[in-house]
Amino acid sequence: MPNFRAETRAWLEENCPPAMRTRMPENEQVAGGKQARYLRPEQKQWLDRMAAKGWTAPTWPTKYGGGGLSNDEALILEEEMQDLGCRLPLRGMGLSMLGPVLLEYGTEEQRQTHIPPILKGKIRWCQGYSEPEAGSDLASLRTRAVLQGEHFLVNGHKIWTSNAHHSDWIFCLVRTDPTAKKHEGISFLLIDMDDPGVRPRPIRLISGASVFCETFLENVQVPAGNLVGPLNKGWTIAKRLLEHERKGIGGIASRAATKFEVPLETVAKQFAGERDGQIADPILRDRVAAYSMDAHAFQLTRRRAAEEAEAGAPPGPLSAMFKLQGTELNKRRYEMLLEAEGFQGLGWEGDGFTNDELRFTREWLRSKANTIEGGTSEVQLNIIAKRVLGLPD
Amino acid sequence: MPLILSDEARMVRETALDFFRERSPITALRKLRDDNDPVGFSRDLWRQMAELGWTGFLVDEDDGGSAFGMTGLAQVMEASGRTLTASPLLSTALLGASLLSHGGSDDQKAEYLPPLLAGEHIFALALEEGTRHAPNQIALTAQSDGSGYRLNGQKTFVLDGHIANTLIVAARTANGITLFLVPGDAATRKRLIMVDSRNAASIRLDNVKVSPEAVLGPVDQGAALLDLTLDRARAALAAEMLGSANEAFDRTVQYLKDRKQFGVAIGSFQALKHRAAQMFCEVEMTRSAVLAAVSALDQNSNDAAALVSLAKTKANDTLLLCGNEGVQMHGGIGMTDEHEIGFFMKRSRVAQATFGDTAFCRDRYARLMGY
Ligand SMILES: Cc1cc2nc3c(=O)[nH]c(=O)nc-3n(C[C@H](O)[C@H](O)[C@H](O)COP(=O)(O)OP(=O)(O)OC[C@H]3O[C@@H](n4cnc5c(N)ncnc54)[C@H](O)[C@@H]3O)c2cc1C
Repeated sequence: MPNFRAETRAWLEENCPPAMRTRMPENEQVAGGKQARYLRPEQKQWLDRMAAKGWTAPTWPTKYGGGGLSNDEALILEEEMQDLGCRLPLRGMGLSMLGPVLLEYGTEEQRQTHIPPILKGKIRWCQGYSEPEAGSDLASLRTRAVLQGEHFLVNGHKIWTSNAHHSDWIFCLVRTDPTAKKHEGISFLLIDMDDPGVRPRPIRLISGASVFCETFLENVQVPAGNLVGPLNKGWTIAKRLLEHERKGIGGIASRAATKFEVPLETVAKQFAGERDGQIADPILRDRVAAYSMDAHAFQLTRRRAAEEAEAGAPPGPLSAMFKLQGTELNKRRYEMLLEAEGFQGLGWEGDGFTNDELRFTREWLRSKANTIEGGTSEVQLNIIAKRVLGLPD
Repeated sequence: MPLILSDEARMVRETALDFFRERSPITALRKLRDDNDPVGFSRDLWRQMAELGWTGFLVDEDDGGSAFGMTGLAQVMEASGRTLTASPLLSTALLGASLLSHGGSDDQKAEYLPPLLAGEHIFALALEEGTRHAPNQIALTAQSDGSGYRLNGQKTFVLDGHIANTLIVAARTANGITLFLVPGDAATRKRLIMVDSRNAASIRLDNVKVSPEAVLGPVDQGAALLDLTLDRARAALAAEMLGSANEAFDRTVQYLKDRKQFGVAIGSFQALKHRAAQMFCEVEMTRSAVLAAVSALDQNSNDAAALVSLAKTKANDTLLLCGNEGVQMHGGIGMTDEHEIGFFMKRSRVAQATFGDTAFCRDRYARLMGY
C-alpha cells in the first residue's frame, strides 16, 4: 500500500493541472455529455487524463475502462486527491447511480455500450423517476411503456428531472403491467433523449438556478434491448439505484469538509468577533460547537461503516441513516453559516456583498433540497423504522 | 485509529455481556435498593469481576495487570450499562487503577495494586466540591507542616466514597493541585442516597494528618495526572451510558411491537416510528464517538481529549433521550416502579452529570478545537 500511495501521489502531482487544485465554483463542476462546455481548458485536460487512467470510476472493472482499484486503493486515491486539493474531474448520475446498477444488473452488451461513455464523460444521464402524482409514493408512477414488436412505445410525464435539459440519455421507471400490483408492474428503461418525443422543460428553483425540469415523453420509441433486468421486475433495480443515490447525497456533509471549504467556526469568528481566541458571542459559540460535534460524530460513523464493510461485514443497517443524517446536518450547517454572518448572510446579488456571502446564501437555499431529493427525510425515517427496527406497517 | 473491535476485544465483550445478563440483571440493583444495602453493590460479584481480570485492564503487566487498555474496559463498561449494574468499575478499576498506575511510587503500587486487582480494596476519587463537575475549582487544602500535610475541607458526589478503603483526595497545595491517598475512615462520611440507587457520598476532612508518603504523583502538579484519568473516566462512563441507552432503546422498540392499541401494534404509528428511528441514529452516532475516544486514548493520540468530550456529550444526550422517550412510549406502565424502564431514566440524570455534563464537554471541545 505505501507504494500505491506514493505512486498515486506522484501521478496526481504530475497530471493534475494547478488550476484544477483550487476551490471549484458550482458552475465549474464537470458533468460531461454532448452539450458539455468547459470554462477553462484545464477542466477538459484533467477529465481526459483521469478518464484515460480509469480514475473517474476508480473501482469499476478495467475491461470497461474503469480503474480496477480495490476499495482500499480507491480510498487512498480519494485521500490523496483531497490532500492535494484536486477537483473531482467528473460527476453525474451516470457515475454515481446508473453505472453501478448496470454493472450489477445490465447485460454484457448494455455494459459495453454504456459504461465507457459514462466514465469518459461523453454521455450525460438524468433520472426519470418522479412524476407529478408519484413522489414519495414512487411506485404509483403512471408513465406507460407498451412493448410493440422490437420497441417499447413510451408515454408519460416525469418531473423534477435534474439537468434533463443538459442530458443525452434518461433512465426511466415505466409501468409495463398496469394490471399487476403497483410494485410488480414496473420496468427500468434506458431512453435516448435524441428522440423528438422527449421534451424537457426547465423549472426555476428558489435559489434562482434552474437545475431541474419537467420531462414529457410522447410516443417515444425505445428499442426492446434497452430494458434493464427482466420485464416488470424494475422495482428491485430502482431501489438499488436509490441506495447508490442516497449514499452519494448522504456524503454531502463530508464533502463540505474538503480542503477549500471555510470552517464554520472561522466564519463565526470573522462575523461575530473573537475574544481570547474564542467566538466572542458565547451562545453562537455553543451552537457552533453543538453542530460541529454532531457533524464529527457523523464522520466517525461513516468511517466506522467503511471499516466494517472492509472487514467483510454485510452492508448493515448503518447505511440506511446516512442519507437522513448527512442531509439534515448539511442543512444545519448552512443555517449556522447564515446565522453567523448576520446581515451579511442576507444578500441576493450585487456588490453590497462579497462573492462568498452571496454563495452561502444561494447554497443555503440549495441545501433545502437535500432532505427532499432522493427520498425525503420522512421517507428515510420510514425506511429505518421498517427495515432496521422491524416496526410493523 | 480503528473503529472496529479486535478479536480479543470482541471476546471480552461477549464474556461481559453474558456475565452481567446472568449474574446481575436489573433485579439485582432493585434488590440492593430495596434492602437498603449498606455497601451499595455486591462484593461477591465484584470479586468475580476481578477474577475475570477486569480490574487489571489499566494496570501494567509488571504490576500484575494485563494493560489491555481502554477499548477492552469500555466493552465491560458497556455491558454493565445494559443491566445498570452497580459496581466499583469506575471508582476502582478505572479511577483508582489509572491514578495509581500513572502516579504511584513503587511502594504505593506494591501496597495498593494487589488488593485492588483482587477486588478486595475499594478506591474513591474525592474531587467535586460544588454543584457540578469543576475539576479546576478545588478549595480543600493540604497544608504542609514539615512532617507531612494537614487536610481540611469538603467533597461531594464521591462515587463509592462511603465504603472506600482509600480515598484519593484532590487538594490545593502551595502552588497547585496535589493528590493524596487517605484512609477512608479518616474522613467524616455521609452516604448520599441517589435517584439512580448508585453510590455517592459527601465527605469532610477535619485536620486530617497524612505523611509525605501519602502524596500520589507530583506535588503541586496533580492536575495533569487528574486530567488524563478524568478523560479515561469520561470515556469509560460514556461506554457504560451507551450500553444503557442501547438497552433502553431495544426494550422500547420491543414494546412498540408488543403493545396494542386501536387494534394494532403501537409501533405502526408513524409519530412513534420516526422518533424510534431518530433514537436509533443517535445510538449509532454515540457508538462511533465512544469507539473513537477509547481508541484514541489507547493510542495516546493528540485528539483524544476532544474525542472524549465528544463521546461524553453524545452519551449524555443520547441516554437522556432514550430514557425519556423510553418512559413516554411505555405510557402509564413506564411510570410504575415495578417496570424497569424507569431505572434507565433515573440513571441518565446521574450519569450525565458525572465528570462533565453536556455544557462542560461542549465548552471543552470548542476550546480544544481552537474556538
Ligand atoms: C433539487 C431536486 C432534484 C431532484 N431531482 C430528481 C431527479 O433528477 N429525478 C427524479 O426522478 N426526481 C428528482 N427529484 C424529486 C424527488 O425525488 C421528490 O421530490 C421526492 O421524492 C419527494 O416527492 P414529492 O416532491 O412528490 O413530495 P411528496 O411525496 O408529495 O411529499 C410532500 C411531503 O409529504 C411527506 N410525505 C410523503 N409521504 C410520506 C409518508 N409516507 N410518511 C411521512 N411523510 C410523507 C414528505 O416527506 C414531504 O415532506 C428531485 C427533487 C429535488 C428537490
